[in-house]
Amino acid sequence: MMAQTQIQTDTTPVLEVRGMTQQFGGLRAVSDFNVKLMPGELTGLIGPNGAGKTTVFNLVSGFYQPTVGEIFINGQPTAGLKPHKVTSLGVARTFQNIRLWNDMTVLDNIRVAQHYWLNYGFFSSVFRTKQYKQREAQISEEAYELLEVFDLMQFADEFPKNLPYGTQRKLEIARALSTHPKLLLLDEPAAGLNSADAKDLIRLVRWIHEKFDVTIWMIEHHMDVMMELCEQIKVIDFGETIAEGDPEEIRNHPAVITAYLGDDNI
Amino acid sequence: MDFIFQNVLNALQWGSFYALIALGYTLVYGVLRLINFAHGDIFMVGAYISFFVAGFLLGPLAGLSPMMTFLLTVPLTMILTACVGVTLERIAYRPLRRKGAHRLYVVITALMCGLILEYSNLAVLGASRLKFPELVDKQIWNVGGVAITNLKVLVIVAAIAVFLFLQWVVTRTRVGMAMRAISYDKFAIPLMGIPMDNIIVITFILGSGFAGLAGLLFAMSYPVLEPFMGMLIGWKAFIAAVVGGIGDIKGAFVGGFLLGAIEVAVVTVFPSTYRDLFAFTILLLILWMKPTGLFGIPQSTKI
Amino acid sequence: MRQYSLNVLMAFVAMLLLVAAHFGWIDNYIQIVVMTIGINIIMSTSLNLVNGNMGEFTCGHAGFMCVGAYVSSVISVFCFGTKLGDPMLPASSVLLVFPFILLIGGAVAAVSSLLVSIPSFKTRDDYLAIISIAVNYMIISALENMDFIGGSRGFQGMKDTYWAMIDIFDGPWMLFWVILFTAFNVWVIRRFISSTYGKGVNAICQDEVAAEIMSVNTNKIKIINFMVAAGLAGCAGGLYAHIIGYVNPQSFNILKSTEAMVMVYLGGMGSLSGAIISAILFTGLMEILRSQAIIDGLVSPITFMFPDWEPSAGVIKWVMIPLLLVIVMQFRPEGIMGNRELSDVFPKLKKFYRFK
Repeated sequence: MMAQTQIQTDTTPVLEVRGMTQQFGGLRAVSDFNVKLMPGELTGLIGPNGAGKTTVFNLVSGFYQPTVGEIFINGQPTAGLKPHKVTSLGVARTFQNIRLWNDMTVLDNIRVAQHYWLNYGFFSSVFRTKQYKQREAQISEEAYELLEVFDLMQFADEFPKNLPYGTQRKLEIARALSTHPKLLLLDEPAAGLNSADAKDLIRLVRWIHEKFDVTIWMIEHHMDVMMELCEQIKVIDFGETIAEGDPEEIRNHPAVITAYLGDDNI
Repeated sequence: MDFIFQNVLNALQWGSFYALIALGYTLVYGVLRLINFAHGDIFMVGAYISFFVAGFLLGPLAGLSPMMTFLLTVPLTMILTACVGVTLERIAYRPLRRKGAHRLYVVITALMCGLILEYSNLAVLGASRLKFPELVDKQIWNVGGVAITNLKVLVIVAAIAVFLFLQWVVTRTRVGMAMRAISYDKFAIPLMGIPMDNIIVITFILGSGFAGLAGLLFAMSYPVLEPFMGMLIGWKAFIAAVVGGIGDIKGAFVGGFLLGAIEVAVVTVFPSTYRDLFAFTILLLILWMKPTGLFGIPQSTKI
Repeated sequence: MRQYSLNVLMAFVAMLLLVAAHFGWIDNYIQIVVMTIGINIIMSTSLNLVNGNMGEFTCGHAGFMCVGAYVSSVISVFCFGTKLGDPMLPASSVLLVFPFILLIGGAVAAVSSLLVSIPSFKTRDDYLAIISIAVNYMIISALENMDFIGGSRGFQGMKDTYWAMIDIFDGPWMLFWVILFTAFNVWVIRRFISSTYGKGVNAICQDEVAAEIMSVNTNKIKIINFMVAAGLAGCAGGLYAHIIGYVNPQSFNILKSTEAMVMVYLGGMGSLSGAIISAILFTGLMEILRSQAIIDGLVSPITFMFPDWEPSAGVIKWVMIPLLLVIVMQFRPEGIMGNRELSDVFPKLKKFYRFK
């Protein structure tokens, strides 16, 4: 199936974040954030609205550069790298609001996510060199495989904008996996889904986690989804980490209860 | 020293023309996110309208004195030019907006409307240049060796007055509030009970009216009219608006004067053929350093 | 065999045109029209790469055409002309050298596109529009101030190159080169945008953030796309210069850029076949309306009422064409083809061609 380049057996963390702080003008969106994700983990990131969860993902995926702190992906520092370079180190993500390329076919959506690894340039694409033909065939084959396992084959020539919402979510995850990530960041994958679809999603995430041998870090507001899926959960509020542990610990953690429900002492 | 003051004055005068036209660009852009490429040609139409209005008022039918004529020409030109602007909005832009056409198609339509204005003018009036009558007696005040004509002062004062007026309209009145609201969220406006089309028409009235004023003042200062007079000055005013940060009244005003200053400065140092080259290069450099203009709000992408 | 019928048909038409031109079956005027169509196809399809496929809004495409025209003209005069000293190359090598002269013009134009593509990293839409207009003006203005190549008086002497070709074989050479380069242009663009590499351009258009995060090097793709577009426009400029035998900076002003934009938006953003169709229609229309008789007929109701009025065709043409476009926009705001290709509209066409 998906060509996994190497199975991580050593103890290099897939993601290591040390003392990451992000300042937007006077606002400290994320402060002194630390995390270490080992290969094969399935971790959650929760917190009230505006806590800075998506900012953490934006920082990890290279969309922002942290004001202070370091990020390592598979042991490689990402400082100063453009997002596509960071992606090439093995991170892929989905977006809170679906960001598919709506006027390209589903198949092309999956194929273009291989852009960094094309290994041919403008002139090869014009002269259709051997290299070009090999790579295009390979990419198509992999894309079809991915569509097959995600059960999206019948939509291969559709435009994403014509697909149901849940299918678009699925397609976005498939597109992210097309970059062969070691670390998959899911930003509220169940947002906007009804409870039946959310259940399907739990199954999907668990299945991806096993099948693609990928470390998953997800943000989600559906607590039942998180409690069921994640081995570890990290809670942040106002950019600060307030708790971390397994679902049971988080459920009973006083700081988490305060953050979500407010302070008893008012 | 006199030489410098003289040039500063020239720069202010040209800056005023650019600012007056740039204000119209920026006003429409600020509300509709539409580059009204026909705006430079509305300026040209304004100059022609003022020519005919003044000719009529001075002529045997009305027979007014030049001063009287001037006082009447200003409001009449502004009103008639505003009508032209509103007509364009009604027949060309509004239907497209209603259909939800891509923004760029509206821009192309605007470009085409500009061409139509230029060439229909050429077709109807011919290529001969028209000489604008002298309405205001030219007075030259000599202040410490610097020749200040009343016309230059008039132009500069008019530009500043228009700027202050528009700034007041946009920031202090209900109409201005509605304009700003449209630029933020076009879909929420009808839900809030604001008559969007009326606000847009007012925007066009203001923008085109002041373009007409600019046309009149330009025709008085440089009394030769030709159909393509609005083209280059229009493009330049647009650039001035963008350098200032398009959509921002203050930006258009500052951008206009900046462009005037750059041009006059280049011409005093280099041969005048280098004017456009240097002016555009400097503007390009400004936009390289500040991609959204001097007063523009940086575009931020949210994910 | 059927799948190649369109290719064969097009090759046949091209051959027919060349043979007809050679034996004088079609006069010079028709040849000029055909060549203008070719040049306009290059201009509209190349601008379509930027304004259509990448969704940017640049309005200074004629500036790159201008660079290509001047560079190839100067090289051509250096190599085969007498205006700037003795010819550097023997006249017999002209047929081999000429395509390279055009390509060098295109290459320099491509490099000049960096003036627009580097700012496009940080900005787009109207700000980029203004940058491209400024670049267009800058190029024209710079050339007007270069006196050694004629300045604002223009530059000529490229006809020597043409005469050198005629000396080798007396045929419709310029028509041949135009057809060759138009085909080359469409071939390059089609192959580029249909590759996964080129689809990165579409990805940038539809969602730049997603493109960057999904491993597309957006800055590099932008540079390449701008370079291809400007390079092809430069080739078109070189052809134009050698057809007319004279270039003037003002021939490449904003009005020329506007023409290219009109063709792109008339054809439909991002549609290659739309850009070709609209280039043909637009050029045809321009030529038809050039005729004084037709214009007189069209405005006869008005001239009947105002007998003194004698409009010239050159002027009325520029009222009619924009008016027509405004009307087309009202009824079909997405252009002739929208963002579809001819083969999407008529799927049966796919059986008749195979462009690789």
